[in-house]
Amino acid sequence: MDSHAILGEIPRLRRYARAMLGDRAAADDLVQDTLERAWTRFAQWRVGSDLRAWLFGIMHNLRVDQLRRPALATAPLDDYEEQWATRPTQSDQLEVMDLASALSQLPEEQRAVVLLVALEDMSYAEVADALGIPVGTVMSRLARGRERLRLIMAGQLSVNHLRVVR
Amino acid sequence: MSHLPINETDLQAWVDAALPEARRAEVEVYLAGHPEDFERVQAYQAQKKALRAMFNPVLDEPLPDSLRAAAAPPVTTAAARWSSRLAGWPAWRLAAGLLLALLGGATGWLARGQYPGGDELARVVPLYRQAAVAHAVFSPDVRRPVEVGAEQEAQLVAWLSKRLGTAVKPPKLGELGFELIGGRLLPGNSGPVAQFMYQDVAGQRLTLYVTTENPGNQETGFRFAQEGPVNVFYWIDGKFGYALSGSIGKGELGRLATLVYDQLERK
Repeated sequence: MDSHAILGEIPRLRRYARAMLGDRAAADDLVQDTLERAWTRFAQWRVGSDLRAWLFGIMHNLRVDQLRRPALATAPLDDYEEQWATRPTQSDQLEVMDLASALSQLPEEQRAVVLLVALEDMSYAEVADALGIPVGTVMSRLARGRERLRLIMAGQLSVNHLRVVR
Repeated sequence: MSHLPINETDLQAWVDAALPEARRAEVEVYLAGHPEDFERVQAYQAQKKALRAMFNPVLDEPLPDSLRAAAAPPVTTAAARWSSRLAGWPAWRLAAGLLLALLGGATGWLARGQYPGGDELARVVPLYRQAAVAHAVFSPDVRRPVEVGAEQEAQLVAWLSKRLGTAVKPPKLGELGFELIGGRLLPGNSGPVAQFMYQDVAGQRLTLYVTTENPGNQETGFRFAQEGPVNVFYWIDGKFGYALSGSIGKGELGRLATLVYDQLERK
């Protein structure tokens, strides 16, 4: 692990953080925290392994820590829905939202998977590795996230902000 | 050709062009007969494109100085941690004492009566302490923990053997989870000494310090020493002195030292 290689990964880390958080300053702070943590853990990085995946994994864990700070652990209600809400036929007057705000309305877990696949061109296995989840979970979050994003964009899904207390 | 039903995973993988050719063809046959699904996956493709268009410009933004600086190894982590650990070390006190003795020797003959000369004092730096200091200096090094890496083991062995004037070979510690990452040549009390470095999957490092400077030709059993955060097992075998150092528990280090000893005995 050397600083030149790390420098080369920063633009991608920034892009992903910006897309995840929406806010430039908060995103750059997250990247900075990621780099700092990476240097304290360099001993855990194996020479020859994928530096990018490792850094994304660190960033993900930091983000999870940030989100965990509120005392009450919550999961998106979405995870508890067995079925997709049926399309509300009465509101065919489409309200198209802009992509950024639609993205911000995805549950964090789904947003991470959708963005890693779209922006980073990671394989599903690489996403699973970076996020520390099984590939099956990657696939279900990807499918849900994409569908949800599509429906929000098409104005066909009123976003449910309710969360379930675990 | 398989005839597995098309599922949601296939559709997602179609969007990402992640399907094997044969399966992709099957999915396309399916999509041709299911216009709603086709519309849906096309929307996902458009989504992916729109996300890239929206966020790719971030790649070209100039990096803030704070991030540029954070790409370099911070002085506040590894190096500082080690120097703060070293600060309380007998090794540093010894080095300071050595310096005082050298100054004393250089500035006035008065000191001669009280301190041994620099050369003599250096000779009494015990094996375990030399090894522990060498471990502390090199094992936290990110970029150059070793001079010659394990991928060039044959060269490493040939070089160190030549410089030490006798055959030296790094033992294999794989059965206890440590793999050789390389070695380097270091100055000892009166000539070159060798240091081999090992690492386990958690990134913990061990060093084996090998000297050929032992004049007494005596033998010792295992001895244990602790120098600050570094534990050391060391022993003398003929002209060879060996010291295995690491910031790991005495029990584990002892097992590793036994393994090293056994392999060196067999040669």
